Amino acid sequence: MTETLQCWQALNRALDIEMSSDESVFTLGEDVGLYGGTYRVTEGLNAKYGEWRVRDTPISEGGFTGLGVGAALTGMRPVVEIMTINFALLALDAIINMAAKIPFMSGGQFPMPLVIRMPGGVARQLAAQHSQRLEHTLMNVPGLRIAVPATPQDAYWQLRQAIASDEPVILLEHELLYFEPGEVDLAAEPPPMHQAAIRRTGTDLTLVSYSRMANLAAQAADLLAKDNIRAEVIDLRSLSPIDWDTCAASLHKTHRLLVAEEDCRFAGAGAEIIATLNERCFYDLDAAPARVAGLDMPTPFNAELEAASIPGVSDIVKAARRLVGREKPL
Amino acid sequence: MDRETLHRFLHDMLLARAFEERAAQEYSEGNIAGFLHLYPGEEAVAVGVIHATEPGDYIATTYREHVHALVRGIPPRQVMAELFGRRDGVCKGMGGSMHLFDRERRFMGGYAIVGETFPVATGIAYSIALRQLPEAVICFFGDGAVNQGTFHEALNMASLWKLPVLFVCENNHYQIGTEIHRHSAVVNVYKRACAYNIPAEKVNGMDVINVYEATRHALTQIRAGNGPQLLEFETYRFRGHSMADAGSYRPRVEVNSQTGRDPVETVIHEAKLGYPTQAEIAAAGPDLVEQLVGHSAAVGHFDDRHIEAVRDEVKRIVDDAAQFALSSPPPTMDDAWSSLYCNRQHETLTGAA
Ligand SMILES: Cc1ncc(C[n+]2csc(CCOP(=O)(O)OP(=O)(O)O)c2C)c(N)n1
Ligand SMILES: [Mg+2]
Repeated sequence: MTETLQCWQALNRALDIEMSSDESVFTLGEDVGLYGGTYRVTEGLNAKYGEWRVRDTPISEGGFTGLGVGAALTGMRPVVEIMTINFALLALDAIINMAAKIPFMSGGQFPMPLVIRMPGGVARQLAAQHSQRLEHTLMNVPGLRIAVPATPQDAYWQLRQAIASDEPVILLEHELLYFEPGEVDLAAEPPPMHQAAIRRTGTDLTLVSYSRMANLAAQAADLLAKDNIRAEVIDLRSLSPIDWDTCAASLHKTHRLLVAEEDCRFAGAGAEIIATLNERCFYDLDAAPARVAGLDMPTPFNAELEAASIPGVSDIVKAARRLVGREKPL
Repeated sequence: MDRETLHRFLHDMLLARAFEERAAQEYSEGNIAGFLHLYPGEEAVAVGVIHATEPGDYIATTYREHVHALVRGIPPRQVMAELFGRRDGVCKGMGGSMHLFDRERRFMGGYAIVGETFPVATGIAYSIALRQLPEAVICFFGDGAVNQGTFHEALNMASLWKLPVLFVCENNHYQIGTEIHRHSAVVNVYKRACAYNIPAEKVNGMDVINVYEATRHALTQIRAGNGPQLLEFETYRFRGHSMADAGSYRPRVEVNSQTGRDPVETVIHEAKLGYPTQAEIAAAGPDLVEQLVGHSAAVGHFDDRHIEAVRDEVKRIVDDAAQFALSSPPPTMDDAWSSLYCNRQHETLTGAA
């Protein structure tokens, strides 16, 4: 049985269910309590579970993320909300030096059942300091898992799985997706947290993407289909680890790879995806893999320039047409 | 306080209020988007503090900084055009509302990551001290920012090396929806300065004259080489945290009690009391106090007509700024690339993708 939920509601349900079934789950962050969360994700939970389990924090990202690490060491299951990923830069010590390394440095003695949720991405004219993506920064850290839900269903599943996991998990939520509705089956058995989803099958090219861009990739595939170009759309759902098998199987069929990402092109997630699939699937490929990515530029405040700094559906369509030889190469 | 100074306060306070209310209106009409943090209720702080500075001083501030920019002398046209994201904005439409910078006026930026102003201001102060210049830095921050590590780190360094920086807390009692008693173990911000041996004081931030006098005093100490000072101004924001926030978490009684202390009304009231000119003060001679009292009673220098005239004037300025912003073109992608590579003089290895 499914119901229509917006992303924030799906996350709210997931948190609520986990909190009600496991007393070691608690959440903390700026304005998660009385205010109910900047994107409403923790709405109602403070009233239901009280301030010890839904804690409003000072503006001390390094401190309260580190607090989450400490609590996780004792077997608690903290869900830290960092108001936006831009502020996670102040918590990188806790995330990278502590959460990702303590289980390893201790020779495997400690679990790290820590979840860190952070909204990110380019939203609407929030300017350079508030429009970052930063997935590459976190992907380069062994010991972290990174989930990138694009649908309310995945947001629901992946938050629940993240809370249940004994590994540190970063949930990258896209700011423009919180109020997008989608069908959610609360009872269905979820796929593994890192398993990629094939959003649409096709034979002419493989379009690999994640988070909000996966939705744009699906729209691009609809347009391409009208032109008789059949794109297979893969939503990675997880950036660490990455489900290479699903990608490789698709390339075996389509022989062409296009990656769409919102983050800056240089040294981004797309670079890793293409490098690894090149190594792994070189003899399957009929053309050089291509990338559609954000410009290597801080996000401009002006609306037109902001829109031009990240890929849109038409950019993906164009790159796909080029890849299958329907349009002149650049 | 002489009449000219008071007139400037009155003008800037009314301009600040009118500018921000206009920005809110332009936001509602879709001409401004993104985060827009407004300043009504807090005007006395920026106006009083910045009027006490010298042109050679530097200012580092937060994302709630339109008024600071205006008082510093950035033309309202350029500030409004930046809010609109246009090419004639003070940052060419690259930064927007939260990131106003003006190198010429030593306006060293609006920073949107809470707590960034502390180290930046400390660094500017370090370079002043190193070169033994008579300048100072004003570092603005909110009550919510004092729980960021940078506050403690910067205060320690500034004090240790006796740097010429004035830390100015705009204590409006809220960190978005979290009231100060729920975010700080010590709610008197000025008391924290003692941990770093920095002289500090709490001041009524709703009265521009108080703010001005306290700042002048602190800057005199700083310029004498005595190291940093901290001032905590108690104030209140009348609106929500930003245009996206209705501020409904604040009890009605609290909001009402605070709007009764409107700093703009206060400055008008003070102006009507009739302050003498500087020449009159000089001529007044030794029995200054007696003469001033008599003078004030006898003459209302700024009557209602005068105040209405200032209101009309600032309205014209704000109308003109909005008109200017609306007709300014958007920046181009070339503007963006050249902003990014403004310091790269020799070669460009990568350009537009
Ligand atoms: C490091 C960081 N964390 C969180 C935020 C989100 N945020 C923006 S303003 C704000 C509240 C700041 O309160 P305060 O310092 O009192 O300044 P005020 O807005 O009241 O002027 C928060 C939490 C941010 N911009 N930067
Ligand atoms: Mg505040």
